[in-house]
Amino acid sequence: MTLLTLFWAFFQVGLFAFGGGLAALPLIRQQVVVIHPWLDMAAFTDLVTIAEMTPGPIALNASTFVGTQVAGLPGAVVATLGCITPSLIIVLILARVYRAWRDKAAFQGVLSGLRPAAVALIASAGMSILILALFGPGARIALEAMDWVALGCFALALLVLRKWKPSPILVMVGAGVLGAAVKLLLFG
Amino acid sequence: MKNQQPRLLTLFLSVFKISAFTFGGGYVIVPLMRKRFAEDLGWVQQEEMLDMIAIAQSAPGPIAVNTSILLGYRVLGLKGALVSVLGTALPPLIVLSVISYFYQAFRQNQWIAALMNAMRAGVAAVIVDVVWTMAGNIFRKRQATPVLLMLAAFAAVWLFKVNIILVLLACGLLGLMDAWLRSRREGV
Repeated sequence: MTLLTLFWAFFQVGLFAFGGGLAALPLIRQQVVVIHPWLDMAAFTDLVTIAEMTPGPIALNASTFVGTQVAGLPGAVVATLGCITPSLIIVLILARVYRAWRDKAAFQGVLSGLRPAAVALIASAGMSILILALFGPGARIALEAMDWVALGCFALALLVLRKWKPSPILVMVGAGVLGAAVKLLLFG
Repeated sequence: MKNQQPRLLTLFLSVFKISAFTFGGGYVIVPLMRKRFAEDLGWVQQEEMLDMIAIAQSAPGPIAVNTSILLGYRVLGLKGALVSVLGTALPPLIVLSVISYFYQAFRQNQWIAALMNAMRAGVAAVIVDVVWTMAGNIFRKRQATPVLLMLAAFAAVWLFKVNIILVLLACGLLGLMDAWLRSRREGV
């Protein structure tokens, strides 16, 4: 039963995640934090960190991680299959339809509506993670609760990303090492 | 090496390696697939490859998964599609299962906990950077509809916690209506 629920949850993620792995994150959050009590927000953010740090498509990394946490290796396989199945069906159909429809205004119209929505979804996921990074899980958003080291890491990471466009993995690991070193060495 | 007859084993090993060693998700994996299959192996034309990436991005699901399905289908039919998606999905399944099993032990280690907490700030910076670039592209088009859709979708998801799938459906429909209205205006 859990396996079926897992499959269905990630089937929906695969079905509605337009715009790649980052767009899938808010959908995954909806399924595994909001609808099902599989992860809390802190564990979900760890999941995002791990999914981005490890090689491979982010959505598949996330499926495997959640699947394993919920139901071990069978869970991982089922969640991954759930995430892939809609792609298999839809992409194979699209491959055939595409040539006939490529220039149709209606097709372009739907896409032009989905692209800004995808940006909004990613922005929303980013806000949730930023607030968690700065104020901690469950803390209220107030100046006293602000984690100044995290804020410094965030600002520095963003500056480096905008200025030199390095690999995101380097920036994330860099922010982690810097923040952990400052916290543990200076503040014990 | 170039213009070899497409073989299932070569297809499998190629996508497996790309998925296993590429950090950063679909936006990094797809250019590598293009290099491998269009430039190195010569199985598909450069232009065909670009078309496949376009289809992969307009379909739901992980972009890397969608591209690998299209590629496999194009060179070796349905069998190719299945082998290709298997090669893409296996590396994350293996890597993440291992990491996920050690997750609890990881989390209790003081250094790793501090590292993960600080890395959240880096993840937030990476996501903000992506959103910055994507939103910038939408603003630069200087069309009212996409900008309004983006802001409305963000408000709906972030402030009012509307179901994400509803937001996507609404944006797709509004994009379709917008295209229809525009074509009527221009047609008359």
